[in-house]
This record gives sequence, C-alpha cells and structure tokens, in this order.
Amino acid sequence: MKTFYWLVKREFWEHKGGFFWAPVVTGIVFLVLNGMGIILGEVFGRRFGGLQFGGGNVHLQGGMSLEDLHKAGAGIDIMLYAVAAIILGVTAIVVFFYCLGALYDDRRDRSILFWKSLPLSDSSTVLSKLASAALLAPAISIIVGVIVGLVLAMFLAVVAAIHGISLWTLLMEAHPFRVVATLVLLIPLYAIWALPTLGWLLLCSAWAKSKPFLWAIALPVGSGVIVSWFGLMGLLNLSSDWYWKNVVSRLLGSLIPGTWVGNTSPLVISGHNDPAALLDSLDLAYHYSALASPSLWIGAAAGAAMIAGAVWFRRWRDES
Amino acid sequence: MTAVVTATGLSKRYKSSQALDGATFQIGSGRIVGLIGPNGAGKTTALKAILGLTTFEGQLNVLGLDPRKDRDKLMEQVCFIADVAVLPRWIRVKDAVDFVANTHPRFDRAKCDAFLARTKLQPQQKVKQLSKGMIVQLHLALVMSIDARLLVLDEPTLGLDILYRKQFYQSLLEDYFDEEKTILVTTHQVEEIEHILTDLMFIRDGKIVLDTDMDSLGDRFAEVLVGAEFAHAARELKPLDERQVFGKSIFLFDNVSRPELERLGEVRRPSIGDLFVATMKGTYA
Repeated sequence: MKTFYWLVKREFWEHKGGFFWAPVVTGIVFLVLNGMGIILGEVFGRRFGGLQFGGGNVHLQGGMSLEDLHKAGAGIDIMLYAVAAIILGVTAIVVFFYCLGALYDDRRDRSILFWKSLPLSDSSTVLSKLASAALLAPAISIIVGVIVGLVLAMFLAVVAAIHGISLWTLLMEAHPFRVVATLVLLIPLYAIWALPTLGWLLLCSAWAKSKPFLWAIALPVGSGVIVSWFGLMGLLNLSSDWYWKNVVSRLLGSLIPGTWVGNTSPLVISGHNDPAALLDSLDLAYHYSALASPSLWIGAAAGAAMIAGAVWFRRWRDES
Repeated sequence: MTAVVTATGLSKRYKSSQALDGATFQIGSGRIVGLIGPNGAGKTTALKAILGLTTFEGQLNVLGLDPRKDRDKLMEQVCFIADVAVLPRWIRVKDAVDFVANTHPRFDRAKCDAFLARTKLQPQQKVKQLSKGMIVQLHLALVMSIDARLLVLDEPTLGLDILYRKQFYQSLLEDYFDEEKTILVTTHQVEEIEHILTDLMFIRDGKIVLDTDMDSLGDRFAEVLVGAEFAHAARELKPLDERQVFGKSIFLFDNVSRPELERLGEVRRPSIGDLFVATMKGTYA
C-alpha cells in the first residue's frame, strides 16, 4: 500500500503540470474572461446613459421568500457544477494524453530501465497510472473547479454590492461542500464508465513501438470506417452506427465527463423552471442508475482486459 | 563458492540475429566479474536475461530464483545501472531519494545522504539540469545505498570524463564492495576495470569463449617479447597472436609452459585489452 502511494505520488510529480496547473490555469483564464466581461459590461453600462441595472432587481433580496432563496442557492450550485464541468473537461483532455504517454514515454527515454531496477511489480506500476488518471486527476479538478466557481460567485456578489445589491445572503444559500461531495462521489462512476478508454489508451501506450497517439486513434476509427464501408454489422443485424456508438466512441470518448447519461434511467423533472428541483432530479441516484446498463459493464470488462494486456506488455516488451 | 548466477545453455534469438547461443557460465558470490565482448556479441542480452527483462531459452538461476517468474522478488536483491543517464529527466534529486527510500526495502537513507554530501548535487535540482557525470553520481549514490547481493552494471561509465570514470570505480570498491556482494560489469573501457576484476568472461557471437579468474589468467596466458632470431621458433609454438613493435615481435601464448617461453625472450602478463583483441580477431570481418 505504501509503495502504491509512492507510485501515485511519482505520477503526480511527473505530471504536476497536467494534473494540477492545467486546471488551475484554466480556472484563472476562466475568471479573467468573466472578470473582463463584467468590467466591459460596467463600462458600457456607464457610457450609454448610465443604464443601471438595479431598480427592477433590488427587490431580489428584499422581498425574497425562503423558498426563493433556496432556489437561488440551487442556481449558484448549478453554476458551481457548470464551472467544475468545464475544468473536468480540460482534465479529460490532459488525462487522454497522459494515458497515451504513461507507459510509452519512459520506454522512449529509457528511464524505464531505472524504474525496472526497483522492486516494483508491473501490475502496481500500471494500476498506479490508472488510479492517477481515473481518480487523482478528476479529484483535483473538481476541487479546483468548485473553488473557481465560488470565486466567480464572489465576483458577482462584489459587483452587485457596488450597485447597492447585497447578494451575500444568496451566496450563503449555496452548498459548495455538497457540490464537491456529489462530484467526488461521482468519480467512481466516471472511472468505471471511462475504463474502456483508459484501458485502450494504456494498452496502446504499453504496446506501441512508436507513435502511440496515431495507433490509438487510427485503429478504432479505421475499423469503424471499414465496418461502415462494407456494412459488416449487417451480418449481426446491427447498423454501423451501433459500432461507432458502442465501440469507437467508447474506446476513445468515454473520458468526456457525463457521457454515461444516455445510459441512465429517464430523467424525471418535476418543474422545469425550478433549479432546485432540477438539481434534485439530477442527484447521485439518477447518475448511478447507469450502473444498470449493460454497456457500462461490458465496457468496464473490456477496459479491465485491456489493462491486463497493458500489464503484460509492460512486463515483456523488449526494446532491442 | 556459492553461485549467485548459474546459466546453462542460455539462448535468445531476435528476428534477424542469434543474440545468445547456448551460453553457459557461473558467477560466484563475492566476485567482480567483467563480461567483455565486441558490439553485438550478446552482452546486454545476457544481462537482460539475468535481470528478467527478456525471454530466453535455457536454464538460468539468479539467487535461487528464475528471473522470468520471480522478477519482483528478485529485484529486492539485485540492482542494476543500465547505461548512463537513464534516470528520468523530470525528477528532482530529493524526490529520487525519497522514492527509492520508500519503495525499496533494503535502501539505507543515511548512507545515500552521506554519498550525496560528497558531491555537488543539490536536493532541489532536477536530473535534466545535471551533467552526465552528475547523473551517474546520483544513480551510483542510490544504488550503493541499496544492500543488494548482485549489482549489474552495463556500460556504466560510457561518455564520462576520466575523473568521473575513476571516481566511479573507486567508490564502488571502497564504499560498496565486500565479500557478500557480487558485481557483474560490462564495458568497452577494459583498461579501467582490469585492476578491479576478480574474474573475466569473454563473449563472442552469443557464446562464452573465455571464463577464467584473474589469477589463473596470468598462469595461462603469457606475452613474450621475442627478437628476430627466435621469431621462427616462437611461431612453432602456435601463438594466439603476433604483432611487431620496434623491430621485435610480441607473441601471445595460451597454455605454453613458462620455462619454454622464457628461453625465447622477456615474458609478461598480457593486458586484457591485448588478450581481447587476439581472441576476437575476425569478429567484424
């Protein structure tokens, strides 16, 4: 266990730029853009006849019932989710390329010979890389995402305060910790759902003599083209769309956050205009209903098999 | 003598070449063995087989384990430096030490810190900021702090200047080697390890062509400086090699009685380099 911890730590050392700085920088850029937008809005607002927003909105906090406050809080929660989702999207791209290099880069620069001189099993090495990709990276970006979301909310509150509106009570209605908890609890589902992509990328990374990226893209897409071209799926009474959707996109696209949604139980939304209700209907139980879909488990099994393949190649790939 | 490595009929074929061809040898505990051979003779493949990094045919026993099956366990007892500069370029000196200290059960941190204190390495430096010689110093400090029974060195000083090369072998001898440990080293810079070896193996075309300890090497091989008048007589004794220096001939003999040679001229112990050149004649032809 201690060895595994250090193996994951090693991945973090090596990929601090991707795992930590990429989400942080994305967040900062996001905040700067939003800040500029706000400032621009202010400047234009002043230049064109002092069009002060306010008047109509002032009653926001004044005449707000408890229920309204609750709804507004849910609205901020949704904003936190949205910001975290943007940052998770960036992390997904980072993780995609991380996996492609994870078992390839050290073979290319021969530092694999140093790692192999230590008593580390190849399976724990591969699993540590999988854990870094599937658990550590998303966890970091969730935390960064929610912090960025809170900072943005604070921005808005400050701007509102300049206009004489106090939004602080609204901010107090948000549930950043609940958002973090929900997102963190979604990580296992994300990891299971992403297994076919993670496994495929790690397998290519462990196997390819060169250009793992090209192989990883070319094989699924090429096979998809062949399947479409010759209508091979017709033999199984399936359309080639089925192949693209269930094989190609699962191998390459399962890292995109939330793509399991098509496999969840139908969404029940009580009232479309109510953010709190929307949020409630998008709860963990809703997401985890994807566990009932065969696509998830077949994909996970295929992913596990490919990871086993990656371990085998890691052990026996002989470079000379 | 307890054997650390026992290889019997070791063979390995790559697509286009036979890297190992039934190599058979034994390495005893507490020895420093040089495995010397021309490029492509199978040195590195032999080392990789011992380290469990490649598949092969034949029997191989390293510290009682089969490197193909029990590699993870074996690596607690075996350490290796494969070539210079294989340390990952992104790692910091202190992180490298931390990592090995926490993943290797036989690593002695105090020892490592003491070795590093003798160098100019800074804890915060990354490997990519270090010169080749400093990378080797770091690698050697890490490896020497591991209480391994077998240390395998594959061209450990390639591309280093003479100061680093001398220091490398000196540290190994003074601070690391003892009768519990065994070192197996391959290098092309034969002259530099000549004086530290206890055993010598020559490998050619995947076969072990010479396997001897250094004491019997002096008894078995002799180099004789022969004047022109005895040159013919010397050739009668079937020398391994003959070369000309200042109008005299130097002959290299294998297993010819000492008194007989002394009648021909001045007898010397041949250097490993000369012996190597004579043994490997025609390798690249």
